[in-house]
Amino acid sequence: MSERAKGLSRQQMCDRLAMEFGDGWIVNLGIGIPTLCSNFDFGDKEIIFHSENGVIGYGPLAATGKEDLHLVNAGGQHVTLRPGAAIVHHADSFALIRAGRLDVTVLGAYEVAENGDFANWKISAKQQGGGIGGAMDLAACAKHVFVAMEHQTRDGRPRLVERCAIPATARGVVDLVVTNFGLFEVTKAGLALREIAPGVTVDEVKAATGCNLIISREVPPVRMVA
Amino acid sequence: MSAKSKTYASFDDAVHDIPDGATIGFGGFAVVGMPINLYEAVAKQGAKNLTCVSNSTRGGATLPANGPDMGQMIANGQVKKVICAFTAPTRASQRLVLTEYVEKGLIEAELTPQGTLAERMRAAGAGIPAFYTPAAVGTELAEGRETRFFNGREYLLEHALPLDYACIRAYQADTAGNLRFRRSQRNFNPIMAMAARVTIVEVHRLVKIPPAPQGWWPQRPGSVG
Repeated sequence: MSERAKGLSRQQMCDRLAMEFGDGWIVNLGIGIPTLCSNFDFGDKEIIFHSENGVIGYGPLAATGKEDLHLVNAGGQHVTLRPGAAIVHHADSFALIRAGRLDVTVLGAYEVAENGDFANWKISAKQQGGGIGGAMDLAACAKHVFVAMEHQTRDGRPRLVERCAIPATARGVVDLVVTNFGLFEVTKAGLALREIAPGVTVDEVKAATGCNLIISREVPPVRMVA
Repeated sequence: MSAKSKTYASFDDAVHDIPDGATIGFGGFAVVGMPINLYEAVAKQGAKNLTCVSNSTRGGATLPANGPDMGQMIANGQVKKVICAFTAPTRASQRLVLTEYVEKGLIEAELTPQGTLAERMRAAGAGIPAFYTPAAVGTELAEGRETRFFNGREYLLEHALPLDYACIRAYQADTAGNLRFRRSQRNFNPIMAMAARVTIVEVHRLVKIPPAPQGWWPQRPGSVG
């Protein structure tokens, strides 16, 4: 197993965040790792998935050959509609977001700072332009902002940092971060390690993190799907 | 206006009058509701110094690298400015036709959060000149721009984005110009139609104007034109 793949799988990371979703929540999943949250078995909880292009209440991906070519989520994937789904235009879709009716957005990120700033629209400060999509609206307005990302970059640099070096998407908005190394919470006192991935030590987490961590005497293991 | 005057025999005829310097919105999101035929027609028509508004200059992963999307018009040198929610590739492996032109200083690229882009056009269509939004506050995009606090929270001033033309796609039109969209085909399309002085729509199906609604349940077209 390579160093980078140590700890949780991407599905386990997203399962852990999905456990935090409350019954009846309206949830927006960003492109990439966060989409895996929709594979979680929510049991009796009703979760309404919202997509930037106005699809409210979409279900699993359509089976091959059964795709409706006029129905995609924000990642361009052909999804299905659950009973009670509604489709609105982009301005109404973002009105819902801006008015704070979205309970959580789960986003990918390049960096998250200990104060809750995060960066996900530009690969470097030098890059011209960027790909914001709906991330700035979502991050500024959702009730909760969760981030799912690998703990380190491909070349081994920390993604959890004191201050973002890459231009931020929004300031002070992140609540929870899951990485392959564990679950982290942004608190007023700083970034706290709440749960640790199996097979990873606290010292390993500290060494791979670019900011101070608040660590209790005994950090429980990351809660897993039974 | 007579209903007949609203239909054209070809995409080329429909875009014939677009002048140099026009601001054009192109609808669609992840290929769905994207006016691929009108993109091709405007690229062929050759109007220059265009300001083009769209979610992205790329249609989506399922389209070939050179369109039919905004890429062809950019490569033709027809575009002076784009206003989009994506102005750079989101993956290192991707290439945008736009990037080369922006790096050479030939095209100005205005990057706008997606919800702000939609609301700027909604505002234009609703006669609202500007509005405040929390999106992009505290970011590079807000540097040097007007912000204001309401109820203790900071908001960024954004201006309406009126269009000269909207090039959009729908499932069905009647000859009066009322449109119906299928599933997520709606996206930016009806908003751009509202924001534009002239809307040009490509449709799967053109029908006659249906009889006026009777009784309790009115017809419910997706966009009235």
